[in-house]
Amino acid sequence: MSLELKQIVKAVDGETHIYPVDLVLEPGSFNNLLGTTLAGKTSLMQLMAGLEVPTSGEIWFNGKNVTGVAVQKRNVSMVYQQFINYPMMSVYENIASPLRVARYPEAEIKKRVGDMAEVLRISEMLDRRPNELSGGQQQRTAMARALVKESDLILLDEPLANLDFKLREELRDELPRLFAKRDCVVVYATTEPTEALLLGGYTAAMSEGKIVQFGATGKIYRRPNSLQSAKVFSEPPINTAMVKKIGPQIAINKNVQWKARGKAKKLADGDYMMAIRPHHVTPERLDDKAVEIEGIVEVAELSGSESIIHFDAFGQKWVSQSHGVHPFSNGATAHLFADVSEAFYFDANNQLVI
Amino acid sequence: MKRLGWLIPALYIFFLMLPIYWLITMSFKTTNEILGSFTLFPQSFTLDNYITIFTDPTWYWGYFNSIIYVSLNTVISLAVALPAAYAFSRYRFLGDKHLFFWLLTNRMAPAAVFALPFFQLYSSVGLFDTHIAVALAHTLFNVPLAVWILEGFMSGVPRQLDETAYVDGYSFPRFFVKIFIPTIAAGIGVTAFFCFMFSWVELLLAKTLTAVYAKPIAAIMTRTASTSGYELGLLAAAGTLTIIPGAIVIYFVRNNLAKGFALGRV
Repeated sequence: MSLELKQIVKAVDGETHIYPVDLVLEPGSFNNLLGTTLAGKTSLMQLMAGLEVPTSGEIWFNGKNVTGVAVQKRNVSMVYQQFINYPMMSVYENIASPLRVARYPEAEIKKRVGDMAEVLRISEMLDRRPNELSGGQQQRTAMARALVKESDLILLDEPLANLDFKLREELRDELPRLFAKRDCVVVYATTEPTEALLLGGYTAAMSEGKIVQFGATGKIYRRPNSLQSAKVFSEPPINTAMVKKIGPQIAINKNVQWKARGKAKKLADGDYMMAIRPHHVTPERLDDKAVEIEGIVEVAELSGSESIIHFDAFGQKWVSQSHGVHPFSNGATAHLFADVSEAFYFDANNQLVI
Repeated sequence: MKRLGWLIPALYIFFLMLPIYWLITMSFKTTNEILGSFTLFPQSFTLDNYITIFTDPTWYWGYFNSIIYVSLNTVISLAVALPAAYAFSRYRFLGDKHLFFWLLTNRMAPAAVFALPFFQLYSSVGLFDTHIAVALAHTLFNVPLAVWILEGFMSGVPRQLDETAYVDGYSFPRFFVKIFIPTIAAGIGVTAFFCFMFSWVELLLAKTLTAVYAKPIAAIMTRTASTSGYELGLLAAAGTLTIIPGAIVIYFVRNNLAKGFALGRV
């Protein structure tokens, strides 16, 4: 069950929502669609489902062109961020609804709904109405409905975003298990890089209606091919600065410069955009070769075991993320240490050089 | 001050109920008693007024006529307004907002404006003095109201519900009937109530467009007052019976009505 998008474009009222997208999703794969709000994740999912028809381009499913085929004939499932259930039906009827439409025999429906409710731990709730359930249970109902029929394509549009932290973790841990035995294509939209990393599989990083990079989740995280991809896959936002390489020296300005080491030695002389993840900028020197940066603290967010320090350095807003509690008062001058061996360098077209 | 807190609601309810009480007591009095003396309770209690209404076809057919065209009107208004409201709530099209407002302007003209043209039009196509004539005339006022109220309820249902149903395999008609209409049942109840109420109390058009066969109860009441002198007891009994259907309908939609007000559309 593979899904293939060929040069898909979607424009509404002359405004382009999706720029030409090419994507091949393998049978049985779990795919994250990672991007900020308005990156086009939901639009792309609606196109994949067949709820919307692309302005141009083709959608192929299992070697068949399904571009204009209505969603009813496609055998897809979808779960939304808002807990969408049929309010006037019991939980049992909600889960049974796709089977009823497909005219399954009553005994089969009963068995399947029972099994699904068991897996999602809502067996006790089957007689209730969705609005009598907690948010987590409502979303479990929606998921049960999506999984009960054997769909070829399951689309999950930020299904955990409206749940509280604990429920989100609980459900996220269960997710891979739910899809393990199926050979369907799963697409999971999320705004959180951490969530994509935890879920694994493949990731398509989306930015402004384009897929900027697609590949194995871990690989994209370690080697973003462009500045956009690095930005999408970083929370807190990745730190950037223009650098100039002259001979062995790399410099942000005349105060902050260092000797190129490792891969960075291979950089040709010139201007680059450097990007470095927040957890490689720390208030304590962890590496002798780390570069010292002086900045004005804007705000320091301290949680129990982690410090996130937002600061201004060389006219840019930078963020440091570190273990332990590192209090800074707002407006104070801070000295932070950037482990530049972990930095990415992008060329003038924002493509990764090293 | 605190001890007198009950006084204002009590006074309010007293004044509210006074005319209704008066109407009901009058219906149990003879016309002579009503005209002859000022009494708080019926001195010579009588059911004659009600017996007349329930036995004389010119009276009880007035109720049937009213109920027939009111029901027809409610059904037509809902049947037309449901798809229209769905379109307004789910689709963007050229001039949609203007059209939505224009619908409401239909309610801004008084019924009297349309009485004469309607009379001529319905007469010319042979619909004069039929139930459907009154029902259709009232849709002019009820369809815009119905669209307006229903659109509010429908917009409260997330678009993703429609999509979920399509993904589950429902066709549009099946989704609309099996999922969507039950979901906004409360809104349909409230809308039906308003259509019913308007049509039930509207007198001018109903009177103008009927003569004998479809004459509504309110028109019969005014006729009786003018032709056979002062049959005040009979009129009071007819009036009392006219209040009852409205009261019953309100009782059924009372909870949904509050929801409709909360949505800001009623």
